[in-house]
Amino acid sequence: MLTVEGTHGPIIHAVTRAAATRGARPGARLTDARALDPALVALPADPTGDAALVAQLAIWAGRWSPLVEIDGDGLRLDVSGVAHLFGGEAALIEDMRARFAALGLTACIAIAQTPAAAWALARYRGDIPALPVAALRLDPDIVRTLERLGLKTVGALIDLPRLALARRFRGADNVVDALDRMLGRKDEPLTAAPNDPPPRAALRLEEPATHIEAAAQALERLIPRLVRQLEHRHLGARRLTLTGFRVDGSVAEDSVATAIASREPKHLARLLADKAAALNPEFGFDAFALTADWTESLGAAQDSLVEEPSGERDIARLVDRLSVKLGPDHVLRPQAHESHLPERASGWVSAIISSPGGGGGPPKAVEGGLSPARRPLHHAAHGPPPRSGEDQRPSRLLDRPEAIDVIYATPEGVPRRFIWRRAVHDIARVEGPERIAPEWWRQPSSARLRDYYRVEDGAGRRYWIYREGLIGDGRGGLPNWFMHGLFG
Amino acid sequence: MSRVARGLSLVAGGAVSARPSTPAKAGAQTRVSAPLLALRARTGPLPAQGHWDLPRPECSTLSELFAAHPRDGGWAGFLLAQVGTAKPLLWVQDRMAIRESGRIHPPGLPSQNLIHVTARDAKDALWAMEEGVRCAALSAVIGELWGDPRALDFTATRRLAVAAERSGVACWLVRLGGTANLSGARMRWRIASAPSLTHPLDPRAPGLPTWDADLFRARGHPPGRWSLTHEADRFHLVAEHRDRALGEVERLTA
Repeated sequence: MLTVEGTHGPIIHAVTRAAATRGARPGARLTDARALDPALVALPADPTGDAALVAQLAIWAGRWSPLVEIDGDGLRLDVSGVAHLFGGEAALIEDMRARFAALGLTACIAIAQTPAAAWALARYRGDIPALPVAALRLDPDIVRTLERLGLKTVGALIDLPRLALARRFRGADNVVDALDRMLGRKDEPLTAAPNDPPPRAALRLEEPATHIEAAAQALERLIPRLVRQLEHRHLGARRLTLTGFRVDGSVAEDSVATAIASREPKHLARLLADKAAALNPEFGFDAFALTADWTESLGAAQDSLVEEPSGERDIARLVDRLSVKLGPDHVLRPQAHESHLPERASGWVSAIISSPGGGGGPPKAVEGGLSPARRPLHHAAHGPPPRSGEDQRPSRLLDRPEAIDVIYATPEGVPRRFIWRRAVHDIARVEGPERIAPEWWRQPSSARLRDYYRVEDGAGRRYWIYREGLIGDGRGGLPNWFMHGLFG
Repeated sequence: MSRVARGLSLVAGGAVSARPSTPAKAGAQTRVSAPLLALRARTGPLPAQGHWDLPRPECSTLSELFAAHPRDGGWAGFLLAQVGTAKPLLWVQDRMAIRESGRIHPPGLPSQNLIHVTARDAKDALWAMEEGVRCAALSAVIGELWGDPRALDFTATRRLAVAAERSGVACWLVRLGGTANLSGARMRWRIASAPSLTHPLDPRAPGLPTWDADLFRARGHPPGRWSLTHEADRFHLVAEHRDRALGEVERLTA
């Protein structure tokens, strides 16, 4: 017997069969039950643990149907068009019961025309008209009212005129609606179920496979099946999930993403091979499923009659392969942000997400940091042509600016010499400062402005250093100097 | 560098105004044969109108570039001047290279159309480079490796070179803080920054970047050392910086 804490002491949450015969009922107070039989054993219930278990079982139940919905303390599966795969509805129920029994769970299973009827039949035995009104999943208050009115079964409600029922019970939890849902007069879609189940290929094994290559071998058979489905629906996969169902009810899964929609078996196999090898069989897999859970429409594709590789697709494939092996966070494309701060302006985005071949266009924020007054003027007929803005930015940026010691003639003047990583650099040439104010709308008010200098040391190496703050700006003591980038 | 450029007192090809208004692609220009070039570079100034072409491999292949110092980012300018921007660029950096000399900064690069790969170690970096080199839709693959990793041996470089030649994608192996051990690269450069040219308007500001480029091994080219700058899609020889003032005066009056 399990209990939860109620307002007036523990309330019985669930009972074993033995406890039920001794008068314990879910919803009753523990003290009342103990009064009937003091020998009852009560343990605290664990609703979160139960929910987690149900959620795990919901994934596991994907072995029978692609549409599984968690419904309170139960699961709802849409088995339309599925049952024949298991040898009919009766065989399906037997299979489910056996599998749940193997997990040590007693499952109450019912298949019905409507979800509401299945819910009721799984909990109350008998024909629909003979079911108690509680089987309609109504509010307990309404159930109590109905019972007081003498309407004890669903059949009694069906016999009543609809209009009278609708007038009497007008609340949100309408009795007529509940009745209609059960009798199939009104649709009750499984809410979690997508309208369009994702393309999916499943493989059930005769015996649990414990060897490491099991997943890879299953993949060889799953990919052609999935590709056939994708072709049929004119889709290309953007993300694929390989799921291995273990005998003990746990599930191992891993997914790969692609940069452009693809349904080429060879490419998909190459992407998934590593993931398949990494799935741990533990006690053995007895079923596999390969789901394209993110797809995009892809027309029937043949590039051209002659084999002419399309650049964009090749790049996308390269990105896929790199991302799968090195991780999507390590394969990046530049993405400019509207910001004056250099480290913020030149952002990166995972290449697998950003549009292929896009490249991000010209950086918008680069020019912004350069005030016209500070930009050197180049009007001479000879000499270097006017520098474009990009030349003013270093080709490399340190991930985190490093503090340097700077010797300067005057605190606000140009730097003369700096020490970076314990090496002394004499500054031979210097250009600047280029002042970048803090972004007050984003940064804390204590952020200090930066004065950037392009400096060249005696050996010709050029660096981008900045002084953070000014003397007397009221935001700290003496300004600090930082090394931020290297020019190429 | 003294071996090459001593006595070279004129900015080669420096007559900026004498250049055709629409400079042709470097590859289309008449090539000065490398021996002649070396001779000229040693013996005297190049004629003001003469073109000078950087020694390049006959086909796209693996080139190795040693940064003279890990904290010297100058090589990037030299390298990027030779890389096309029409197609995307794959830039691989290993973790140590990023930590020691910074991550690439797209606003400072000629093209934003690139894919950046952060590799855990040299093995991953070489794998990513090889994947990239096989992809003909890239304009070039640049891989930066720190030090002398064990994974970078003759076989690895040879594989890259063969793959690059087969697919026609130029591959640059950049070595930061490494030593020039056995390698299958067809051209091996050592690039150091040199003091930049004088800024025409502000003598205190850095001008056009220059490099001391040392080609110490190349297939089909004699090795050589040059002081170079890059301007308007072309490389130009510059006077060694000890003679710079004289050279630049001549340049401005040319």
